[in-house]
Amino acid sequence: MRLQIVKRSEDPPKWLPIATSLGAVVLAFVISGGILAAVGADPLQIYRYFFRSAFGSWGAFSDVMVKATPLILIGLGCALAFRMKLWNIGAEGQFYIGAFFSSMVVMVPLVDVNTTPPIVTIGLMMLLGIFGGALYGFIPGLLKAKFGINEIITTLMLNYVAVFWNNYWIFGKWSDAGFQMTPTFPRRVWLPRLADLAKQNPFFSGMTLHVGVIFGLIVAVVLWYIINKSRWGYKINLIGDNPKAARYAGIDIAKNIILVFMFSGALAGLAGMTEVSGVVHRLQERISTSYGFSGVIVAWLAKLDPFAVVLVSILFGALLVAGREIQPSGVSFLIQGTILFLVISSDVLMRYQIRLVNTKKASVEEAA
Amino acid sequence: MNFEIMLHAGISTGTILLIAAIGEIFAERSGVMNLGVEGMMLLGAMAAFKTAYNTGNVWLALLAAVLAGGVLSLAHALVTIHFQADQTVSGLSLTFLGTGLALVLGEGMTGLNAPTVPNFTLPLLSQIPFIGRVFFTDQNLFVYFGYLLAPLAWYYIYKTKPGLHLRAVGEKPAAADTLGVSVYGVRYLYTFIGGCFAGLSGACISVAITPGWYSNLTTSGQGWIAVALVIFAQWNPMRAMLGGYLFGFLRRLLLDLQGPAMLLGLRNPFFYDHNLVFFLQMLPYVLTVMALVWGSSSARRKRIGAPAALGEPYIRGERGL
Amino acid sequence: MNEYSNNQRIPAVEMRDITLRFPGVLANDHVNFTLHEGEIHALLGENGAGKSSLMNVLMGLYQPQEGTIRVFGKEVRFNSPKDAIAAGIGMVHQHFMLVPTMSVTENILIGLDKPKLALNLKHYDEEVRHLAEQFGIRIDPSAKVWQLSVGEQQRVEILKILYRGARILVMDEPTAVLAPQEADELIATLKGMASQGKSIIFISHKLNEVQEVADRLTILRRGKATAEGIGLEGITRERLASLMVGREVIFNMHKVDREPGEVVLQLEQVSAVNNKNLPALKNVDLCLRAGEILGIAGVAGNGQSELVEVVTGLRECEGTIWLDGKDIANKPPQVSIGGGLAHIPEDRIGVGSAPNLSITKNVIMKNFESEPISHRWQVNYTEAGRHAAELKQKYDILAPSVETQARKLSGGNLQKLILARELSSAPHLIVAMQPTRGLDVGAIEAVQQLLLDQRETGCAILLVSEDLDELMALSDRIAVMYEGEVVGVVDGKEADLNTLGLMMTGSMRGPGSCPPEPAAAGSQEREG
Repeated sequence: MRLQIVKRSEDPPKWLPIATSLGAVVLAFVISGGILAAVGADPLQIYRYFFRSAFGSWGAFSDVMVKATPLILIGLGCALAFRMKLWNIGAEGQFYIGAFFSSMVVMVPLVDVNTTPPIVTIGLMMLLGIFGGALYGFIPGLLKAKFGINEIITTLMLNYVAVFWNNYWIFGKWSDAGFQMTPTFPRRVWLPRLADLAKQNPFFSGMTLHVGVIFGLIVAVVLWYIINKSRWGYKINLIGDNPKAARYAGIDIAKNIILVFMFSGALAGLAGMTEVSGVVHRLQERISTSYGFSGVIVAWLAKLDPFAVVLVSILFGALLVAGREIQPSGVSFLIQGTILFLVISSDVLMRYQIRLVNTKKASVEEAA
Repeated sequence: MNFEIMLHAGISTGTILLIAAIGEIFAERSGVMNLGVEGMMLLGAMAAFKTAYNTGNVWLALLAAVLAGGVLSLAHALVTIHFQADQTVSGLSLTFLGTGLALVLGEGMTGLNAPTVPNFTLPLLSQIPFIGRVFFTDQNLFVYFGYLLAPLAWYYIYKTKPGLHLRAVGEKPAAADTLGVSVYGVRYLYTFIGGCFAGLSGACISVAITPGWYSNLTTSGQGWIAVALVIFAQWNPMRAMLGGYLFGFLRRLLLDLQGPAMLLGLRNPFFYDHNLVFFLQMLPYVLTVMALVWGSSSARRKRIGAPAALGEPYIRGERGL
Repeated sequence: MNEYSNNQRIPAVEMRDITLRFPGVLANDHVNFTLHEGEIHALLGENGAGKSSLMNVLMGLYQPQEGTIRVFGKEVRFNSPKDAIAAGIGMVHQHFMLVPTMSVTENILIGLDKPKLALNLKHYDEEVRHLAEQFGIRIDPSAKVWQLSVGEQQRVEILKILYRGARILVMDEPTAVLAPQEADELIATLKGMASQGKSIIFISHKLNEVQEVADRLTILRRGKATAEGIGLEGITRERLASLMVGREVIFNMHKVDREPGEVVLQLEQVSAVNNKNLPALKNVDLCLRAGEILGIAGVAGNGQSELVEVVTGLRECEGTIWLDGKDIANKPPQVSIGGGLAHIPEDRIGVGSAPNLSITKNVIMKNFESEPISHRWQVNYTEAGRHAAELKQKYDILAPSVETQARKLSGGNLQKLILARELSSAPHLIVAMQPTRGLDVGAIEAVQQLLLDQRETGCAILLVSEDLDELMALSDRIAVMYEGEVVGVVDGKEADLNTLGLMMTGSMRGPGSCPPEPAAAGSQEREG
């Protein structure tokens, strides 16, 4: 008897991708637990704490959804770009620029915040956030489309440029009394939160979940429609599968590279806006805790499916929330990395079958 | 502002980038792009610092760093070479994994003191005017190592047989395979070597050039710059050396620029608005992008640059065999 | 036959009962193959008959499930090409296995034990030069491979093997990329090497070439040997063909005479560069009428691909290209597609289809933006599925359903899918490049018949092929390309292999292209 790895000739069963993804998540917790135990921590206690701080109460779950919101938006943007095999790992930078642009509304200011109806101000912030992200996605898109420059590198580099750009403003012109942040924005421009309903129903008091999560859900539905039903989605899928065939079929690839990059950037920019207006209520250093990179992982784990992006984002939101609270501080990074590694390793099961065979009979069976 | 001191410091910090970039050049020359340099570097920095702190032996610390980076890179090698997973995604997850491991294992080490790799002055060579003071006076052992590493790596890649095989595997793996060169073997080896160098460059931070452990601020994104430097250098170790020193010099320049009120007889804008320095900090990244644009113009692209099989898994029988 | 051929001696290679299986495929089924020392042994068979598999077994790239291999009488078991090379076997692959950025010598040194460390290229350049002279091969050892012509690259491949001291050479369809005259030169070199004691396996599917070069031959059909090491005396081409394909092949297609109509496509002074920015098309004039097939003959790489690309809008060019009176030069593909151009690309998998998408999504590739397949911004996949099912039936595409991924189709069925998509748009002009390459005989006939049917309906067809038999059978006129120029246009009925061969190598010129006067085709002049 021996183990044999054979290439699949048929499609893998439908349940297999889901099963391996779930298996990878579970196994990642087991492996990380082993590492934690090895350094002398009690993994079970950490996980229990983990679970409690993420799902222990409605308030905790509200926190998880707050963290999940930018991940959903960024993950969706990445999922679309990855469908065209565009490696937008610049969501981090697009997020920062989106946050910057939406902050302009209050900080420049573009409108008189105290007299303009909040819905107009917030709407303008959203538009500018989207615009900023799209603009910042346009740059690598253009470089890729016109000069064929590797977008992984350009997006990575632009991430840093975006951070320094933000720093210039929050350390300087927009600084709040020398702190590395802007003054807190007036309440009128905050995205509505569950806590705002606390007067009507005390159940919601202290819940920070804001309407940004609804934007995320709407975008997920829209993206599903785009990918599966629209002409644009068909083009994206065709370019993603075989760009030469797409060009042969008369599709303008350069234009679509730029469009998809802008769309992807726009979603990251919107995520930046929701973070500024819905969570921190000002522009500051490190508004993103690697959301851009986590978004890449979310999209990949979700196998580029919009609804799966939402679910995976919630899991990662939980990791982030719990990770804030527990020591050692790197646990959530560790688990994220392990999960992803296991998932991409398990992809091999989609292409190959592992079978236990009787060596003597093997050749006969295969011939049949 | 002293130009000599700035150059001295630039070479010193540039050495960190140089070592990591040369490791990555080896990996990418074999066709494996490893975006996990930042993770491997941080893990190496932690391993070196922790070992140095616990054993008091800095040489053991270097060994630990090399192994930490190398072993971590094997995870990337396994999934990208054998499982043919996407190198981008795998590299990113390696960054997370390495960072996570480093933070978990390095818990409680922040602010401690550990033995370090010594600085020293080379006799004779340090007597050369200017050059001696910049390159050979009170520099770290790693800096001298860097002087040797880049030309040796260059010679190895272009002028030796193993280097020939390395280039062949990265350019046209099927050709190497038919001539009996083990494509997987070569890719594993150089991915591992890349990891070892990344780990070593981490040690170069934590126990040599800027000693100490400050969790993920220890590397503060230098791994990513090293990845950029590889492209900036067009996969050539000698250019990586120049680029590394240039980037290092720029970092130092930023600090020094804020000092004097006058600069070259002009009013120094950085003195009056320190925040303008942020624009200078963008420079290495903007320069890398510009280097890419410059390198992409078709006349110059002719037969230099990225290894042709970079990022592509090799599957026997499916690539023209 | 020469002095080294001697059946009594120990054979150079003896493969017995070789069986090689892949999941779902039986590539070699108990194949026997014997190569004598100093002979040229042809291995004949259609694409997919198992020739390459058998040779990859011999090279150690695949391990057979059953069977034994003896080399010079000694039983061997090769686990990698390294083992095969060590045993004195070398293979020149169909696709050259060269590293373009490296020099000739560097390419030769890959994988060798010596030198161990320092390369010392000057010394080895000299060695390579010496070896090349010994076998009468002209090459510059320090030239970079990407600068070499196809023929020169092939010489590097041969040198690579000779340098390793190989006594057994496997040539995988070596003439496919060469002009007839270049091929003759190669064959002379091979014969010379055989007379010096080298044993050569010559893989081919060209009957005439095999008759010219081989001492003996083995024929494979669907993984089985249908002839094992037979001599060539007194065996007819028809007999060989039937051993190869399993039935008598009709060498002449039935074609109806037809008067060509209006000019559909006209190229005026079209020039273009290739991917390396070198001139690939030089002032090409061509014209093509409705109901006419214009064949394009030429050795691969003489501008045919670029010609197809400029016409289909995939490459920039100078000059004018009239399609039904509209200039389509330098217009994106969507313009010519809209103008009634159908394109059957050379690379079915790489260009003609999206391998991981369904048959449905593949057949709507060119009409997904028109009613009723889509409405405004939305694709109606129900309608698309219906359209696909219709085509699947009409063109007899064998697949479980229209949801099957394109990559799961066989070569013939994939080509039918592409033809179904392209022809269903009722084109005025079809540009077909190598439409039958790599297909089995049944599929070839189906594809050729489809093209002739289109000609009947008044469609103009530009047919690029490297198969001269196919061109002569189908074309009304044949234009010959050499180094980016149209060196002449001959009438399809009057074309003969010799004339075409001379024109393809630039040794002869024929008359120009427009307007087509059948009488003019007869009066060709020699140049030089």
